[in-house]
Formats: sequence, structure tokens, C-alpha cells
Amino acid sequence: MKFSPNRRTAIIAGAATLANIGTPALAQKKYGPGASDTEIKLGQTMPYSGPASAYGTIGKAEQAYFKMINDQGGINGRKVNLISLDDGYSPPKAVEQVRKLVEQDEVLALFQTLGTPSNSAIHKYVNAKKVPHLLLATGATKWNDPKNYPWTMGFNLSYQTEGSIYARYLLKNKPNAKIAILYQNDDYGKDVLKGVKEGLGTKGAKMIVAEATYEVSDPTVDSQVLTLQGSGADTFINITTPKFGAQAIRKAFDSGWKPLHIVNNVSASVGSVLTPAGLDKSVGLLTLQYYKDQNDPQWKDDPAMLEWRAFMGRYYREGDPKDASNLYAYLAAQTMVQILKQCGNDLTRENVMKQAANLKNLKLPLLMPGMALNNGPTDYALFRQGQLAKFTGTQWQLFGELLGTSD
Amino acid sequence: MHEPTLSNRRALLSRGQLIGLALVLALACALPFVVSNYRVFQFTLALVYAIALLGLNMLTGFNGQISLGHGAFYAIGAYTAAILMDKFGVPYWLTVPVAGAVCLVAGFLFGLPALRLEGVYLALATFALAVAMPQLLKYKGLEAWTGGVQGIVIVKPDAPPWTGLSQDQWLYFVVLGFALALFAVGWNLLRGRVGRAMVAIRDQPIAARAMGVNTAMVKSMTFGVSAMYTGIAGALGAIVIQFVAPDSFTLFLSISLVVGIVIGGLASISGAIYGGIFIQFIPNVADQISKAAPWAIYGIFLIVFMYVMPTGVAGFIRILVGRLRRGRDR
Repeated sequence: MKFSPNRRTAIIAGAATLANIGTPALAQKKYGPGASDTEIKLGQTMPYSGPASAYGTIGKAEQAYFKMINDQGGINGRKVNLISLDDGYSPPKAVEQVRKLVEQDEVLALFQTLGTPSNSAIHKYVNAKKVPHLLLATGATKWNDPKNYPWTMGFNLSYQTEGSIYARYLLKNKPNAKIAILYQNDDYGKDVLKGVKEGLGTKGAKMIVAEATYEVSDPTVDSQVLTLQGSGADTFINITTPKFGAQAIRKAFDSGWKPLHIVNNVSASVGSVLTPAGLDKSVGLLTLQYYKDQNDPQWKDDPAMLEWRAFMGRYYREGDPKDASNLYAYLAAQTMVQILKQCGNDLTRENVMKQAANLKNLKLPLLMPGMALNNGPTDYALFRQGQLAKFTGTQWQLFGELLGTSD
Repeated sequence: MHEPTLSNRRALLSRGQLIGLALVLALACALPFVVSNYRVFQFTLALVYAIALLGLNMLTGFNGQISLGHGAFYAIGAYTAAILMDKFGVPYWLTVPVAGAVCLVAGFLFGLPALRLEGVYLALATFALAVAMPQLLKYKGLEAWTGGVQGIVIVKPDAPPWTGLSQDQWLYFVVLGFALALFAVGWNLLRGRVGRAMVAIRDQPIAARAMGVNTAMVKSMTFGVSAMYTGIAGALGAIVIQFVAPDSFTLFLSISLVVGIVIGGLASISGAIYGGIFIQFIPNVADQISKAAPWAIYGIFLIVFMYVMPTGVAGFIRILVGRLRRGRDR
């Protein structure tokens, strides 16, 4: 495996950032609820049971990560204690559990509470209580609203940002595209669609020639794909979840429609989408990537990937190393550790929030080469960029520069 | 019908019960001042469930109609309250009776066709209602009101300043007030003529008809009133949680309600309270015992409860009290 110079510097820079422990530490120790000389208490709710229990592995991987950090001496000498409770993906249960975390366990901050419904249910409460509600495990755009909800900050690349990056790419490289869009009829699908439309701006009305939706309960999206094909579009934006993503990719190929096919990141997994769709039928697909896919052969010997595999082998052996959620959890936990390190000895809720909104050039090695996390007090979004990749038949080939919404 | 000995005993019983009731009430009123706001919130939810369970118990326990779909009425009540507050600015306390009325009508209408169905067949029909509800709530045509998958966020009501109570304490007393009123109404209903008709239909439907009970009417009305109780609970639950979304009202809610009435005690009014406490607290206890398999622990709890108290907690207490009394008489 060859190392491009740009990738190596990224790794070194990432390591340097992570090693940069507690720079702006105040001389005097200040503690909010859940923090002391020996411990930092964090809380989260996870769907360990219920319809979304497949995501429960995120909570387990994060607990494992903090165990590793604690074995290495903790953060500025303090052990991290992540209290992870089951909410069964039920909003009322999430409210109850979060109230337990805040009022009874008195955690310093909430970290990676998962799911749009659960987080919607606690959104007002945590802001009224002024509890840092950090790095939410959902891609909805509404978590970035520091003016009205200063205590809430999302983690994922927002769905709208992703949509608008596709739009900007098309405007630049295929300004006369006739676009057909398939999207899932819920908040996620509409969020990506909104991003695409905003990205296209005034030209959108002319460029988008067809839209079709499907429900999660639909058996297939074949007829939708055929309708879109019939519109005469030459560009297809595929905003679907894995099962439907695979169906749409196969149908768009089998029907003889050969559009420029953009598939959203949710459905870009080589293992769970492209393989069932047929790798030969997936050649030429475009997507946006922002962290490395462990099932993609090009990262097999990547040092960051080896480090992650070592962690999985040592601290989370029961976790599935093919599941992208475990890699995602690792990234989120690393970000949280950075926030806590930046807090130094001022572990009040105010300072945790201040530091969370003050992440500068955080280069996590598992991100796409050259990518960094940045945010500020008026714009909480951590991920602003991604890199387009084209599928070669075996792997995603990155191309072009990092794309963002503001360049 | 006049049976002096029986009514005499009943009066005696109710004196004992009155003392017990006064004690429980005093305890219930003192509770929010001795525990944390988080615990108050949990007890409020237990009370909400108790109201819902009383509704379901009327239908299943007293009238013998099995419903696996009461979560749907709970959802209708919750959404009625949420939509009224969010879209029309109706004060929270006014949304509760409206939600009850909506569910009364919905339950009555659903009860009409359900008349043709008995036992497990009715259970399946109501089950269908529970399964369909979350998706109906996501339906595009209703999205302007229901907010689709996003749900509706409700503003938590403040306590009136003169009370000096926290929001949680205030809501607890609001819910307690509704619960007391509804239990009093339920008590009168179930202990009177209507209640006897309901039980007669459950035990001897043919004899009941021969005695002149309008079976169809009583059954449909029971369905309606039962749904009304559950709908009121749903509205109160929505106000307490401050949020409604389709994912809040999955099939599991309906099943939990059935678990609640069986554990609490079928055809028992006080059983609703024990059941409410069970479905609110036991999953948490199970989660504390084992993080890896909380639902397995929950299952064990269920089996143990059913084995030790085959007639529910209320039945168990009744037996205990009976034994004590017999011991004293001797």
C-alpha cells in the first residue's frame, strides 16, 4: 500500500492534535455537576432494545473507547465514566432516562444521544436545564441552531450539507444536467432534498425534471426508478437507505438508463449496498465520503485503520469489525475526548459547551485525508466538507478536492 | 333486591377501605415533597398509566373484551392534546377533556363493528389498530397537524405562582386530580347497575340478554368509556413528557397496558394503580439488574408475578387481608 504525502501529513497532524493535552488549562480547578478531581461523568441514551437496536453497538463501542482512555490514564488524570442507558428508541423513555442522567446521576454532559425522535423529545428540556447536549448521533440539520438552542450540538455531516455539496458539484461540472431525484418520504429524505434544492438555487427549478418518493414500508422502488427514467433525466440523485439504495442501483442499471448516478452516503457501503446491488452494476456511481470505510480495500493497511482494528480487538471484541457504526463511534468518542482535554481543569457545563464550540482544525486520522473538524460559537456544524468518490467496481476512488458548502 | 346481611358487610368493608383510601391519599399528597423532581415525574407517569389501565380494565377485566390496541387510543388522546396546544393555543387543562371526548367517540365507533368479534378475534382486530397507528400518524395528509415523524414538542405548563410548586410537582397534582375524579367515576360506574351488566355480559352473555341487558349498547359504551379513559391518560402523558411522535406509540405500549392490567389484577379498580407502578418502574429495575438482557429480567419478573400472584397484585392483597381478618376473628 502506497502512502500519499498528503495522507501521511494528515495522520501526523492528527496524532499531534490528539497528543496536545490540555493546553489552555486554567490554573484554578473549577467543577460543575458530574466532574471532580478523579472523574468526569457523561451520559447518553441508546436504543439497546427496540426497532433501532442495531445502532446500540455505537454506545458499546464508545464505552469501550473510554475504557481504553481510562487505562491510558484518563483525561488530565480524570477517568471518564459514560453512563449509557437504554431508551428502546422510544421518545418518552428517552425523556425519562435523560432526566435520570441529569437530575439523579448528575452528569456533566450528554454525549451521542441517538436518534432524531429521542433527541427532539429532550431538546427543550436540556436547553432549559443548560446541560451540554453534545455530538448527537443524528444527521438532522436542526441540531445546529446555537441562537435558539445553545446547548445542543450535532455530530454527523448534516443531511442538508451533503445535499448541497452534490448540487454544487453538478452546477460546476454539469450545469445543463437534467436531474431526477428519488428520496425517502421522511425527515431524512426531505432534509437531503432541501440541501440539493438550496444548493442549486434559482437554477434548481429548471434542472430538476422529476422527483419521486417511497415509503420505508414499500417493497421495492422499481416503479419509481422507471418513472424517473421516463422523464428523460440524465442525472439521478439517489437519496435512499441501504435496502432501497441497492434496489435503485440495480434497476437504474438493468433498465438501460445510464444516468450520472449520485448515491447518498447513507447507501454507499460497499458491503451492505453495492455488493447486493451488483458490483458491476455499481461502476461509475458517485458519492460523498467523510470518513474511511473499513470494508473498502484501499484502507486495509492504513495506520489509522490498523489502530482502530487494534482497539476493536482489544477493547470491543464482541463488536462486529465490518459494522461502520463501530468506526463512527470511535470518531465521536475521539471528538469528545478532545473537547474534554480542551476544558483543562475548568469542568463546568459552561466551559464544556464553550470548548465544544471551539474545535479548531481537529484532524482525526479516520476522516478522509486532509479533512478537519472546525466549528465556532455561531455555527456548531463540525463536518462541513466531504470528498467525492467514484466507484471503480472494487472500491471508492476519491477524486477532486474536498468539497464544502462555503467554497 | 334487598339483602341486609350483604349490604351490612359491604358497609363494614367500605369503612376499612375508607381509612385505607385516606391513608393512600395522604401519602400521595406528601410524596412530591419528599422525593426529587425526577422521581415525581416518574410517579406522575405511573399515575397516567394507572388511568389508562383502569380504562382497559373496564373493557377487558369487567366486560371480557380483550383489546391489544389501547395504545392507539392513548396515541389519539396524546395527539389531540398536542395538536390543540400547538396549533390552536388551547390551555393544557382544557385539552384533556377534549381528548377524552374524541376518544369516547372513536372508541364507541370502533366498538360497533367489534361487536361481531369475540375473544381472540377481537384481540386481533384491536391489534391491527395498534399496528397501524404509528404509520397513520406519519401519513402525509395529516402531516400539517401531526408533524409527521418529527412529532410535536409541547411547552411544559408552569405551576400557578400562588402554589409555589415546581413544574413537576404541579403536573403531579394535576394528574392526581384527574386520576381521583376518574377513579371515583369508574368506581360508581363499575359498582352500580352498569358494572353488574358488564360483568354479566362477560360471564353469562345469554343470561344477561335474557335479563334484558342491551348487550350491544353496553358493549359499545364500555368500549367508548374505556377508550375515553385511555385517551385522557394519553393527553396527560403527552403534557408530562412534553413531546409526541409516532415512535412513542408503538405496539409495545399496547402490550404493556395489557401486562399492566393482568399484573395489577383483572376486574379490580385498585389493580390499575399497582399495574401502573409495575409498567413504569419494573423495566428500570430490570435494566439496573442486567444491562445485557434487561428484557429477559423483565420476563422473569412477569413469570414470578404470575406464579406468586395469579390473580394479580390486587387479588394477592385481597387474599392477604382476608387471611388477616379470619385470623383476627378466630
